[in-house]
Amino acid sequence: MGDITYEAAYGDVLGDGDPIDDAGVYDTTEGRVYTVTGGDWDSVLAPEEGHHERVVVNMGPQHPSTHGVLRLILEMEGEVITEARAAIGYLHTGIEKNLEYRTWVQAVPYVTRMDYLAPLANEAGYCLAVEKALGIVDKVPPRAQLMRVITLELNRMGSHLVALATGGFEMGALTAMTNGFRDREITLDLLEMITGLRMNHAYIRPGGVAQDMPENGIREIRAAMDKLDRQLDGVPKLLVDNGIWKDRTVGIGYLDLAGCMALGVTGPVLRSAGLPYDIRKSEPYFGYDQFDFEIPTETTADVYGRFLVRLRELDESKKIIRQALDLLEKTPGPVMIEDKKIGWPSQLAIGGDGMGNSLDHIRHIMGESMEALIHHFKLVTEGFHVPAGQAYSFIEAPRGALGVHIVSDGANRPYRVHFRDPSFNNLQAVAAMCEGGQVADVIGAVASIDPVMGGVDR
Amino acid sequence: MTETPGTPAELDVVPADVPTLPVVDVRQGLFGGSGSGDTSGFGGLVRVIEMPAPSARPYGGWFDEVADELDLALQDDGLSLDAATDAVVVSNGEITFYVKAEHLLAFVRRLRDEPALRFEICLGVSGVHYPNQKGHELHAVWHFQSVTWNRRIRVEVTAPDEHPHVPSIVSVYPADDWHERETFDMFGIVFDDHPGLTRILMPDDWYGHPQRKDYPLGGIPVEYKGASIPPPDTRRSYT
Repeated sequence: MGDITYEAAYGDVLGDGDPIDDAGVYDTTEGRVYTVTGGDWDSVLAPEEGHHERVVVNMGPQHPSTHGVLRLILEMEGEVITEARAAIGYLHTGIEKNLEYRTWVQAVPYVTRMDYLAPLANEAGYCLAVEKALGIVDKVPPRAQLMRVITLELNRMGSHLVALATGGFEMGALTAMTNGFRDREITLDLLEMITGLRMNHAYIRPGGVAQDMPENGIREIRAAMDKLDRQLDGVPKLLVDNGIWKDRTVGIGYLDLAGCMALGVTGPVLRSAGLPYDIRKSEPYFGYDQFDFEIPTETTADVYGRFLVRLRELDESKKIIRQALDLLEKTPGPVMIEDKKIGWPSQLAIGGDGMGNSLDHIRHIMGESMEALIHHFKLVTEGFHVPAGQAYSFIEAPRGALGVHIVSDGANRPYRVHFRDPSFNNLQAVAAMCEGGQVADVIGAVASIDPVMGGVDR
Repeated sequence: MTETPGTPAELDVVPADVPTLPVVDVRQGLFGGSGSGDTSGFGGLVRVIEMPAPSARPYGGWFDEVADELDLALQDDGLSLDAATDAVVVSNGEITFYVKAEHLLAFVRRLRDEPALRFEICLGVSGVHYPNQKGHELHAVWHFQSVTWNRRIRVEVTAPDEHPHVPSIVSVYPADDWHERETFDMFGIVFDDHPGLTRILMPDDWYGHPQRKDYPLGGIPVEYKGASIPPPDTRRSYT
C-alpha cells in the first residue's frame, strides 16, 4: 500500500499539532450545532444570547433541489454565501473498477448507467475509444453512424428538456417542469422504439449499433419532430421574457470565459460565456461534419444565458435529426461492422411474442453450420482482444466534453477505463459561481450546471 | 502435462533493446487460464505484452510542431524536451509525453502559457496501475486540450509504489483539483502541494485505494437453480 497513512493524506484536521487523533473526527470542531427541522429561525436562536450570524448549512445530499445526491456545504453570513463547497461521492458505484472484469462488449451496459440522463453519450464515448484502439473507426458502416447520430441527438434533446424542467421546478416555474417532462416523454418513446429501452439502452456497441431502425421508425420520428415543433415553444413563450424568471436568472451564477477555461468547464456553461466550442464541430465524429447546424452562444455567462443556449440547442438537434433521417433513407446497409471477429454475430428480431432472439440466426448456428456456432460462442463468451495501448475519445455530451480514456493490455477485457465526465469537472465551478451571492441563487447556479450525480460519482 | 514451462524470467524472451517501461505482463498458454489445465496444446506458449514502444522523430502531423515548440519553450527553463521527458510515444493517432516528475510543473506551465502551444483546458488526470512495471507501477495520466489549435496531448508521469508522489498541477490548472483528489482516492498517488488532497468519492475513513490492481473487486457467489456462480474476479478469464 506504499507509505500512505491517514496523517499523510488528511494532515492535522483538528489543528492541535497532532494529526494522530484526528481520524475519528466527523462533527464540526468549532461553533454550535443546530438541528433545524422547521419553524422560525428566530425561535431556534432566541434563547441564545450573542449567537453568531455565521452559519454553516448542509444542503443535501437529500435535498430536492440539489439535482440528486449532491451535498453543498454553505457557509453564510446572514443570506450571503461566503464559502460554498460541493461534497460528492454519495452515488459512487465503482463502475470503472467493474469494467476491468467484463469483456469489452459487456462494458457497454455498465457505462450507460453513469450519466443516466445521457446514456447514449456514455456509450458513444466508450465505443469510439474502443474503436480507436482497434483501429476500426473508418470501418463502422455509415448507416450505423447515422443511427448513432439520431439516437445521440434525441438523447441530447431529452437531457436538455430535463435540465430545463428541473431547473424551472427548482426555481418555482412548475409549468416549465410539466412541459419539459411532457416533451421529454416524446424523445423517450422514440428511443424506446429504436433501442427497446427508455434508458440504459446499451444500444451503441463497438463496431456499430445493436439494432437497425425499425419499420416505420423514420416516419414516426418525423411525426414526433413535427409535434415538438408545435409544442417546444411553450417554455420559451412562458419564460424568455418573464420578469420573475429573469429576476431569478439574469446575472446569477456568473462565470466568465477565463473562469470557464481555468476550471475546464465545457458544454452549455462555456457557450453561455461566448465561446462557440462544440466538439461536434471542432473534432467531428460519427460523421457530424456532414450536417448543417449552428453552435448557439450567449455572452451573458449567467444562468439566463445557459437557459437560452439549451433552448436553442434543442432546435439545432431537431435540425440534425431531420437531416440524418433524410440521409438514412438513402443509406442502406448493415449497422454492424463487417469484420466477423469484432461485430456481434446476430441481431434481435421481432417474433410473434415480441422482441427476442433471431430465429434465422439460431437456425443457422444450430442446424446449418457448426463453425458458425463455434464462432458465435467464442465471440459471445471470450469476446475480441484489443491491442495493447491507450486511446482517448472526446465527444460532446449534453453537459459538455466527455473524454473516455481506455488502456488495453491486449486482453479481451479493459485494463483501465476512465471517464472524464463533464458534470464531475463542471461541479468544481459551484464555488466560483455561488460565493458572494444569495443562498437562493445557489439553486439556480447549480441547476444551470445541470450536474447528473450518476456521472459525477460513477 | 509432463513439461512445465519455465517462469518468464528464466525464459528471457524480452529482447535486450526493448525498454523495460512498456512491458505490462508476460502470459503463458493460449487462454491465460490457470488451475484447470490448458488442454489446447499451447500450454508452453509465452507472450510478452508490451505497450507501444517509444517513437523516434518525425512523429508526423502536428506532433512535431508541438514537440519543437515544447523544446524551444523548455530551453527558457534551462531544459529541453529530451531532458524533461523519458520518452515520447505516438500510437493510435495520439501523442504521449512521459514527463519526469521533477519537470512536470515547468512542462505544464509552458503548455498553458506558450502562444504556439496554448493548451487552455486540462481534461483532468487519472491513474493506471501497472504492478509488473517495477519502479514505475503507478502512472498519472493527464490530457490537455488546446481550443485554439484544436489539438490534444497526453502527459504521463510515473511513480513507484514505494514512493507514490507526483507534483500537483493545480497551481497551473485549477481544473485539475478534483481530478487529482479522485486519482489519490482511487490509486493512492499523492499529489504534492495539492491545496486539499482528501478522498472525494470514497468515504473519508475508507482503507485502501480501490482502483489499484491489488485491491479485490469483491462480491459473493450467486446461487441460481442449484448452481453457484462465482463473483466476477474469481471466474475463469480468457486473457
